[in-house]
Amino acid sequence: MTEPILKMRGVAVESDETDSDEIIIEMKKIEKHFGSVIALSGVSLDLIAGECHCLLGDNGAGKSTFIKTMSGVYKPSKGEIIFEGKPMNFTRPRDAIAAGIATVYQDLAMIPLMSVARNFFMGNEPTRKVAGISFFDHKTANEITMKKMKKMGINLRSPDQAVGTLSGGERQTVAIARAVHFGAKLLILDEPTSALGVRQTANVLATVDKVRNQGIGVVFITHNVRHAMAVGDRFTVLNRGQTLGTANRGEITAEELQNMMAGGEELATFEGSPDV
Amino acid sequence: MTQTEAIPPAEDERIKQRSTFRQALIRPELGGICGTILVFFFFFLSAGDSGMFSPSGVLNWSIVSSQFIIIAVGACLLMIAGEFDLSVGSMIGFAGMSIALLSISLHWPVWLAIMITFILCMAVGALNGWLVIKTGLPSFIVTLAFLFILRGLTIFAAIATTSKTIIGGVRDAAKGDWLAPFFGGKIFTGFFQWMADIGWIETFSRGIKKGQPIVEGIPMLMIWAFGLVIFGHLLLTKTKFGNWIFASGGDAQAARYVGVPVIRVKILMFMFTAFCACVFATAQVMEFGSAGADRGVLKEFEAIISVVIGGALLTGGYGSVIGAALGAIIFGVVQQGLFFAGVESSLFRVFLGVILLLAVILNTYIRRMITGER
Repeated sequence: MTEPILKMRGVAVESDETDSDEIIIEMKKIEKHFGSVIALSGVSLDLIAGECHCLLGDNGAGKSTFIKTMSGVYKPSKGEIIFEGKPMNFTRPRDAIAAGIATVYQDLAMIPLMSVARNFFMGNEPTRKVAGISFFDHKTANEITMKKMKKMGINLRSPDQAVGTLSGGERQTVAIARAVHFGAKLLILDEPTSALGVRQTANVLATVDKVRNQGIGVVFITHNVRHAMAVGDRFTVLNRGQTLGTANRGEITAEELQNMMAGGEELATFEGSPDV
Repeated sequence: MTQTEAIPPAEDERIKQRSTFRQALIRPELGGICGTILVFFFFFLSAGDSGMFSPSGVLNWSIVSSQFIIIAVGACLLMIAGEFDLSVGSMIGFAGMSIALLSISLHWPVWLAIMITFILCMAVGALNGWLVIKTGLPSFIVTLAFLFILRGLTIFAAIATTSKTIIGGVRDAAKGDWLAPFFGGKIFTGFFQWMADIGWIETFSRGIKKGQPIVEGIPMLMIWAFGLVIFGHLLLTKTKFGNWIFASGGDAQAARYVGVPVIRVKILMFMFTAFCACVFATAQVMEFGSAGADRGVLKEFEAIISVVIGGALLTGGYGSVIGAALGAIIFGVVQQGLFFAGVESSLFRVFLGVILLLAVILNTYIRRMITGER
């Protein structure tokens, strides 16, 4: 159990040395109310370029709501968001994307019926003018897609291949590569590994590591402590709409994280339970 | 692939070679192409000597097919964008009546009547789209409501103003109008006269048209059909907007997350469908010289059937304008061909039901193949 973590950690430490301490985004005491329901009651988090900040929490802890305020889907009811030193006031996800905040959602990342290239450039299609009319530049799109996919370790049969033929992990990787290609400075990954098998999870975690090494800040949402420990530089635990604290790598054990996620209570454990 | 050495073993096993047959099968137009070939083959054998493939016979089924194509292109793009429009048929009646009432009852110039009608129809299309987006209801229900609303309004307007449901005299009113010939006129008439003069096509042997060719020229209706197919195909496959159409229909939420303006795309497609219905109606009014309150009944289903035969998925996100056009051709050729072949015309509906069922089954199978689900 500890071995794979140590292996991954070796890579992570290397990248730590190249990090600058430049804060990309700072979320200060974010509150979000939906009518009488308080989804978030004062959550704070900051992200440094080139780090992978894991956001942990059980179902209903407010993880999704929190990242949606970060990506411009929701406006916080209270609190302040500082993005690259300036107060951020996005009203649409499109604004956030333009500013360099990209979100990869677990099952909404890709459209299965469309080709990889069409998915890759969805919403950001390259165009080419022919007789004054701008056309989708399929050639450029295909070339870039093949190149970027190869860089991420996925070999496509052809850029026309439908995304539906890719595995879950590959889809996540395409979505991540897409976000990076379009200049993401901050990448939010919403439970990218929760529906994946072991090998696919490893691929996605390796992709996260590659992205981090390019100086991009990654917010990695998960409720799987093992996946978090494998790539995370810092860990923030959410419980019932509140932050239970942020810990650096090496300062906290998987068990402590797990217990914090459960709200400080000891979890019922089985003898030899592999998950903790 | 040349870069095989570079592939880590974990990726290798995922790349299965695909047979060219399977590759051909996932093209949306395949069903349409096969169907078209089959239909022509069948009628060559069964009705080859009935005049179906004489110039006037060809013109006959080409016009019918063109009518289907015009509404199918609109329905196709809308269906790929993930929505339906069941009000197309009523829209045809509504548009025709609007042109007739404005030009005959109100004595407006025909060009103005046509333009105002186009604006009206596209506004109704936009309203359809806006309601679907704002209410979040299935477009099936919203446009079903408009199927009745538009039809009722059309009959009411006709009865209330003229106490008739058919208004004639548009042809006379349109004489000398500059816009009307773009819908009701014929082109290449000189060329057809020349072909008649040298004996390539038959001429009328008596009556007032004596000496004129049986086929006078290419009706503008066919030019519209051709133009709309080219436009729709280029828009869908070769432009940025086309990618947004696929994305909006494939998964609206995923598209929204990457910044595709889904609402705008869908409303524009509703407007385009209304535009196509209006082209159909205008051409029909100019051809018949009259507008009827009951025109266009069931056209929405014929459009949707053409699109489905052409390989589009009812659930959106996948399809082809060329396929829809082929579906419309199959539709037109069979409908007219059964008449030429002397087959009882009620069998046409049997054929329609069977081919629709086959097309949907084939499409579902193809979708499973694309998305890899079993």
